[in-house]
Formats: sequence, structure tokens, C-alpha cells
Amino acid sequence: FLILQVGVRGKDVVVLGVEKKSVPKLQEERTVRKICVLDDHVIMAFAGLTADARILVNRARVECQSHKLTVEDPVTLEYITRYIATLKQKYTQSNGRRPFGSSCLITGFDMDGTPHLYLTEPSGTYTEWMANSTGRSAKTVREFLEKHYSDESVANEDGAVKLAVRALLEVVQSGAKNVEVAIMKHNEPMRMLDVQKLEQIVADIEKEKEEEAEKKKKSKK
Amino acid sequence: MALEALHGWSKESFKPYADDEELIEKEITTASVSKFCKNFSSPQNLHEPHLSKEDVSSGSFLIDEHGRKIKMRFNHGTTTLGFKFQNGIILAVDSRASSGQYIGSGSVKKIIEINQYLLGTMAGGAADCTYWERVLAKQCRIYELRNRERISVAAASKLLANMVYQYKGYGLSMGVMISGWDKKGPGLYYVDNDGNRLVGNLFSIGSGSLYAYGVLDDSYRFEMTDDEAQELGRRAIVQATHRDGGSGGIVRVYHITSDGWKKISEEDCFDLYQKYEAEAQL
Repeated sequence: FLILQVGVRGKDVVVLGVEKKSVPKLQEERTVRKICVLDDHVIMAFAGLTADARILVNRARVECQSHKLTVEDPVTLEYITRYIATLKQKYTQSNGRRPFGSSCLITGFDMDGTPHLYLTEPSGTYTEWMANSTGRSAKTVREFLEKHYSDESVANEDGAVKLAVRALLEVVQSGAKNVEVAIMKHNEPMRMLDVQKLEQIVADIEKEKEEEAEKKKKSKK
Repeated sequence: MALEALHGWSKESFKPYADDEELIEKEITTASVSKFCKNFSSPQNLHEPHLSKEDVSSGSFLIDEHGRKIKMRFNHGTTTLGFKFQNGIILAVDSRASSGQYIGSGSVKKIIEINQYLLGTMAGGAADCTYWERVLAKQCRIYELRNRERISVAAASKLLANMVYQYKGYGLSMGVMISGWDKKGPGLYYVDNDGNRLVGNLFSIGSGSLYAYGVLDDSYRFEMTDDEAQELGRRAIVQATHRDGGSGGIVRVYHITSDGWKKISEEDCFDLYQKYEAEAQL
């Protein structure tokens, strides 16, 4: 049941893309379910057990404010990731408890403007990435990202978003209604891309794919 | 022990921790040290005093041989000052320790070096100041190791204020300035035993602070040169030591810049006073 998530760290923007699973007809669809805001400058997406992740999100939100209160500075990405990872580790070494069943992609900007993207695992380890994916078919998507990620490709917002959406569409059925994309820039709150923008991006990607296919055909001839 | 009798303190009234019951029964002497000195293991979990809060804060728990109450006198007998200017922070302190009319020492180091870029001053109870500033130094170092960057002055002063607030009303006596240089530039904070924490550009603390303020407020300018600022700090302390009985001894001046703190001078206050007098005559 793991939902696919992709995170891309650009030069001045961070992008989190999430696969949108189709819901039963009678269920109310809430637009932002898997992407959570931890603070003004930190957002998080998780793959795995939603209920477990909810606990983590609550604790992390409190810790963000607690840090602000005692240190008079917003948390750095590394700090809050370390906090969540330490929390996860505690549950791997406690009596009568089970580990949290979710991997979290935590991203955002430090106070000084540097973007970061971190991944935490149920074991309690955390690693920093330039781009990564978790969830269903994460390995395939990660290979795609490895092939196509470069500093130039993510130098601006469009590039980074396109890369994230392309990575998602490798596995997810093509269509703007199957993906959800959140963008964050330094000193700006999180922004969800609306459907029209997404449709345009998907259309652009389709066109590029066709052009690439054409080129390959021509070079083969 | 005579001290126990003076306090009206009996061994039974001392409650050791529950997990040490076995030790109490066997009366193992080496373990008794850790049992009775549990305060050494963690400054965050100091053993609660067996006296009531009112007694401790008013200092009225001592009884002499006739049954009369002796009041312990906690005087903030000192002058310390600190101010920001265009090139960092100047801290200047005296070095007299007094309890009532008795001068305990004339060479107390009232500036405590927390680390290379953070300084704390001492006013009030010397033991309280040194102890808690050393605990603060430990916390600052742990922060540095965990977060791979220096702690900010704001955070350091907040840690101290929060630590001390837990003991509010228990009779701690300290008025300190935490100063240093961090990412945001120079930082100067006043923290005291009530849990007050104030940010500011100029502070003076202690019984001689009134005299020091007079000199400081008269001549302070943000654009002073290094020499002018150091001399202003020195002069203010000297004037305070001249008029205040609780201040005296050696005048120490420190300067904090982006490279950390540096000790500028330590001179006897009376020598300096005579020097100023001679200059005034000319």
C-alpha cells in the first residue's frame, strides 16, 4: 500500500511530489493528506503507516516550537530530522513497543537560506539527499533521478518541478489528477501546485518525451 | 556534627533515595559518598533542601546557641558592567568579595570564561554564579558537539535563565551578564536569580552599579574607539570602587570581538584612582 513520494532539492526551491491514490466515490478527498507542514520553513512527506506518521508529525511540530522558545531561532533541517530520527530509534530499543512504520522525507530551508532534503527510516537513521524517493517502486524512481538529476536541471523552479513530476510519472499513471506537488522557497510558505499548472507541466513532459522518442528513431535510422 | 546542630538538622530528617535503602541498612561507607552527595551527579536534579522555601529565601533558618535567629547576609557587593559599541563588547569588573562588613577577598575573578567566545560576569552569591555558569559551559559545549555550530548568545543566556528559574524562590542570588559574539554579531544579556532575562546595550550590576551608571551614561557613545571604550569601562569601575564599600580590589577589563574575548588589563583600583587624580590636577 505504499504511496510513492519524490523529493527534489533545487538551487533555491525544494519540491515534494506525491502520488495521489484514487479514493472511493463516497470518500471526501482532502487535497493535502500526505504532505505536512512542520513549521513555516519545514515540510514533510511520509510513506507507510499514516497513523504512525501522524504521531511523529505532532511531536515534531511541538519540538519546532520548543526549539524556537529555548534557542530563539527556528530549527535547522538537520536538527528536526535528527529529532525525528532519534524518536524513531527509541522505539526500536524499547520494551513492548514496535518501530514506527513510516519513512519520512523532510525538506525545507535553514535560516541562512540553504535548502535541504533528508530521509529518515524506521530504523532511526537519517541521510541527506539531493533527490530521492520513497514508497512504491522507489528504486525505479531513484534510478531515474540518478540519471537525470544535475545542478543545471534543477537550477530554477520549473526545472526542479519538472524533474519531480517526470520521476513520479515513471511509475504513476499519466495525468495531472494522479499527482500532488508542493513547492517551497526560502522565506515563503509552502505552495501546492494547482491542477491547471500541473496539467500544463504534464503536457510539457509528454511533449518532451515524444520529441526524445522521435530523436531516437531518427538517430537509429 | 556541630553544623548539623546549628541547623537543627537530624540524620533522620534527611531522606535518601528509595533505591538506596539497601545501602542504608548495610551502611557501606564508600557508597555513602554517592548517596549523600547525589548533587554531584546531575546539576539538573539537585536534592531538594529539607527546609521550607520561605526559610531558605529569607535566610532566617540559622539559630545561634541562645535560640535567636541569625540572618545570613547576601549582598550583591560588587560592581560589574558591560556595554556594546561599534567594535564589540567591553566588560569591566572589580574583584572584592564581602559578606557584611568583612572583606573576604580582594582578588576574586568575577569574569567567568564560559568558552572562547562567551563570557559571564559574577554578582551576588559567588558560589551560585560560578556553579551555574560552569553548568552553562557544559551545556554550551554539548550544544556545540550535537549541532556542529557554536551556540548563540541568546540561546546560552536562555539556558541559564531557564536553569535558574527552576530554583526560583529557593534563595539563589546571582545577577550575571552573558556576553559574546555569534552569527548575529555581539550579544549582551542580563540574567538574574528571579529568572529575569533582558537584552540590552549597556548594563551595570551590583552595589556599585549606581556610580558606574553615572560615569557610563555621561560619556557613552556607540562610535567610541577601542581605547576610549576600554578606558570608559575602567573609569566607571574605578569611580564605583572609590565610593562603594562593597567594591574594590583589581579592575579587570575584557574586550569581545568577532575573534573571541581578550583580557585587556587588570590593575589595582586605587593605583588607577591616584592616576586619574594626578591627571585631573594637571
